[in-house]
Amino acid sequence: MHNESVALTVNGRRHALDLDPRVTLLDALREHLGLTGTKKGCDQGQCGACTVIVNGQRINSCLTLAVMHAGDEITTIEGLEEDGDLHPMQAAFVRHDGLQCGYCTPGQICSAVAVLAEHKAGWPSYATADVATAPALTDAEIAERMSGNICRCSAYPNIVAAIREVAEGGRS
Amino acid sequence: MKPFRYERANGVASACASAAKPAAKFIAGGTNLLDLMKLQIETPAHLVDINALPLGGIEETPQGGLRVGALVTNSALAADMSVRRRYPLLSQAILAGASGQLRNKATTGGNLLQRTRCPYFYDTTKPCNKREPGSGCAALAGLNRMNAVLGVSNNCIAAHPSDMAVAMTALDARVETIAPDGATRTIPIDALYRAPGDTPNIETVLAPGELIRSVVLPPPPAGRQIYRKVRDRASYAFALVSVALVVAHDNNRVQAARVAFGGLSYKPWRSADAEATLAGAPLTRASYDAAGMAALKNAHGYGQNDFKIPLARRTLRATLAQATGTI
Repeated sequence: MHNESVALTVNGRRHALDLDPRVTLLDALREHLGLTGTKKGCDQGQCGACTVIVNGQRINSCLTLAVMHAGDEITTIEGLEEDGDLHPMQAAFVRHDGLQCGYCTPGQICSAVAVLAEHKAGWPSYATADVATAPALTDAEIAERMSGNICRCSAYPNIVAAIREVAEGGRS
Repeated sequence: MKPFRYERANGVASACASAAKPAAKFIAGGTNLLDLMKLQIETPAHLVDINALPLGGIEETPQGGLRVGALVTNSALAADMSVRRRYPLLSQAILAGASGQLRNKATTGGNLLQRTRCPYFYDTTKPCNKREPGSGCAALAGLNRMNAVLGVSNNCIAAHPSDMAVAMTALDARVETIAPDGATRTIPIDALYRAPGDTPNIETVLAPGELIRSVVLPPPPAGRQIYRKVRDRASYAFALVSVALVVAHDNNRVQAARVAFGGLSYKPWRSADAEATLAGAPLTRASYDAAGMAALKNAHGYGQNDFKIPLARRTLRATLAQATGTI
């Protein structure tokens, strides 16, 4: 078995890597690129701590191989801030205390940023009564859409409040 | 994870030829396969990445249905406006499954081909005929609360966990494949899955290297479509029981119904008996209960999952009541 060459574009920077094909995107980010903001929780797609945004869509970086992401635009928690300013979702999590231990937080925030994009695109969810309509982003919709991110400290009410605030256009 | 050779396929023919080799597998979204590879339950020597193949897109068929490319993600399929308007059952079912992150990776073909599984398939310290043929089935007398009650054998009682496939079964979807020799065929979705019998390790009728290209939905049947899922958590959990229902009715009677269950068998369980019982039946609780009795008449519980039999009947009744606005 031999390594594979792959160029990963992470937070706008291109990295040429030579990887064992078994390396997950999560391990490539953490162990090969030193981007340890993305967390390894369960490593089996259950907890969401490893959530990153690939080509605009949130995925579990633990359940995909790094070599399968040549040419993709990958955004991690480190790539959300702009010129030293926190992303509005990061700032809202701080303001609403949407965390306790913080381990799930990078995944929660990446997921939340993508949830707002999915909602803006009109995607329905299981909480949507009529899937042919574009639903309002109620707390029930936020909870359902965020169900792939587990918080063992159970900061859920504050996480929902932070997401709702950003969805409604900012600080309330 | 065991070492494997990784190949980015750039053509359908070469992909099928590569995947037909011993110990080779296709990979698309990878959400189930990689999970099993980490546990060394799946140990392919060669992975054929089909993501660059032209198997995407959702298009209208001349017959008025939809053709869904095998690589269309679960998210994209659930969000497609034609699906949401004409096959809301399918959107609902997809959105009832997994999480947003997983649906963004999981594909149409891969969802159909995820492993039929139970906790003992994952527990390498216990016997499992699916994982290790001939070793026995630990679920028969074990923790079998999530296991199947219809169509299985004493060699394996694992249930197929897909929600999407249950809706597709109620919609009479057809699976289009291509084989390494270039031969194409169309398989009714109900015939895609093999009963466990003596070989629970073989789950579908697909031959080595045979690739799902697309899934075709016939024009939507008349009537109200509802997917109802019963599970232990409000979100992100497999079904204990689910019902995919299409029902057309007038003020008094059912005109036609389609009924498929999830969580009960090695495949989505379409019940012709329930459908026959409902055809022409009055919109009453007695009719709905009779349909439930017909659907589950051959069911067999294994102890902890006995509850699924009455739960399935009651879920069907509730879904019929919801769809028809009665009782």
